[in-house]
Amino acid sequence: MSALERAFREHHGTVLALLIRHVGDFDLAEEALQDALAAAATSWPRDGLPDNPGGWLATAAKRRAIDRIRRGQAQHLRATRLAELQERTLSDDPFAEEEEIVDDRLRLIFTCCHPALAMEARVALTLRALGGLTTAEIARAFLVSEPTMGKRIVRAKRKIADARIPYRVPTGADLAARLGGVLGVVYLIFNEGYAATGGEALVRHELCDEAIRLGRLLCALMPDEPEAWALLALMELTHARRNARVDEAGHFVALEAQDRSRWDPDALAAGRAALSHALALSPPGPYALQAAIAALHTSPDGPPWAEIADLYAALPPSPVVALNHAAAVGYAHGPQAALELLTPLLADPALERYAPLHATHADLLRRAGDSRGAATAYARAAALTENTVERAELNRRRAAL
Amino acid sequence: MPQYMALLYNEPGDEATERERWALLPRWNDVANRLRDAGVLVANAALHDTVAATTIRVREDQLQLSDGPFATTKEILAGYFLLDCADLDEAIGWARQLPIAEYGSVELRPVFAPEDLPAG
Repeated sequence: MSALERAFREHHGTVLALLIRHVGDFDLAEEALQDALAAAATSWPRDGLPDNPGGWLATAAKRRAIDRIRRGQAQHLRATRLAELQERTLSDDPFAEEEEIVDDRLRLIFTCCHPALAMEARVALTLRALGGLTTAEIARAFLVSEPTMGKRIVRAKRKIADARIPYRVPTGADLAARLGGVLGVVYLIFNEGYAATGGEALVRHELCDEAIRLGRLLCALMPDEPEAWALLALMELTHARRNARVDEAGHFVALEAQDRSRWDPDALAAGRAALSHALALSPPGPYALQAAIAALHTSPDGPPWAEIADLYAALPPSPVVALNHAAAVGYAHGPQAALELLTPLLADPALERYAPLHATHADLLRRAGDSRGAATAYARAAALTENTVERAELNRRRAAL
Repeated sequence: MPQYMALLYNEPGDEATERERWALLPRWNDVANRLRDAGVLVANAALHDTVAATTIRVREDQLQLSDGPFATTKEILAGYFLLDCADLDEAIGWARQLPIAEYGSVELRPVFAPEDLPAG
């Protein structure tokens, strides 16, 4: 990424958030910001980076917004807006009031993640508005065509405008529920990058990085929210092991075989610090429990499986949690105990095509000495997974039986 | 002030279910009164069953009438509330209090305002 691109990325969310408050329209703010970015792409390389790139962009974008309103066809409707906008003097430093900027970005996050928008639209808008990713980049990351992603974003913005989704941070009882939704969007972005069901590896890493950046932003904007810190911890601790999950030949490496020197010590430290912060604020919520599990996986003396199993048992129940719980029990108390826990999951028709279930089943059967059962389960898991690295590993384990 | 049309949908129930729903009348009156007191309520009504519906079309200047609703689905339009709300969150805040949200559904549709009309 060039210095110019980095500067654009860094200031996109802040400037857009400020503009939306000033012009009162998501679309207009975004168009004006695009104009300003285009102008910067010409003048910054020529004249050098301005001292205050964010302020430069905000001022330029506001001028463009006024131009666009003037040129707009529905004059009678836009006259009031123009008058309001011109009242705010352009010479002032647009970022003079720090409080307002914090509020602007929070407002923007809560708008992009509003539950009245479809989940895929929330993800796309958040990456677009806060992350500053282009439509093409988001389309590539989610393996859809650029026109499809473009339409998705246009539709979402039209709904925000037509249904009047407020540009506001919810208060009181609504805040807890809505914050959960915002964290869910960020975690989904992270998982999309981490699970790597397909696509270019680089783009995928970028999604994880972007989710962590958004997580840090949320912690900075809402430092008293324990689950925001816990989600950041969970993502940092998981991402810390990214380079050890695949070896030089591109093969999948299981946790117990991972080269610890390839774990990212800075990310581990940042994750542990964020987790302590979350736990100091309140008793652990779902993200804090998952972050604690991720932290225990990286214990210096190897994962304390009994403790990990207890933490899984404390999480809100779901098939994925039940499967991970069984796997941890398998390491803590032996394969037989785990196979018993797996029985109801294997009988559930909804999980029939869930590859990780059959992979775990195969591992447990192998460790219990049932090679024939293990071979069948490995074959089933390999047939169901769409990830080529994982499939190769499952086939290798079957061959090694 | 933007207006929202809250369209109320439910599946018609058997006699026992209908009796249970009529028993909710005090709750409906309570929400309607609070909407009125808050200055939010523009209009509201319950609709007769789709048995009483007539669908009208004019094609090539010919009036065509058909018995029954426009679309035959399980859920039918049972009534509506037209509300003055500042934004979608306020409208959702009211809509969730309508008893039908618990056994049917409420579709919120923003009403076209003059300034929403296409320019030019």
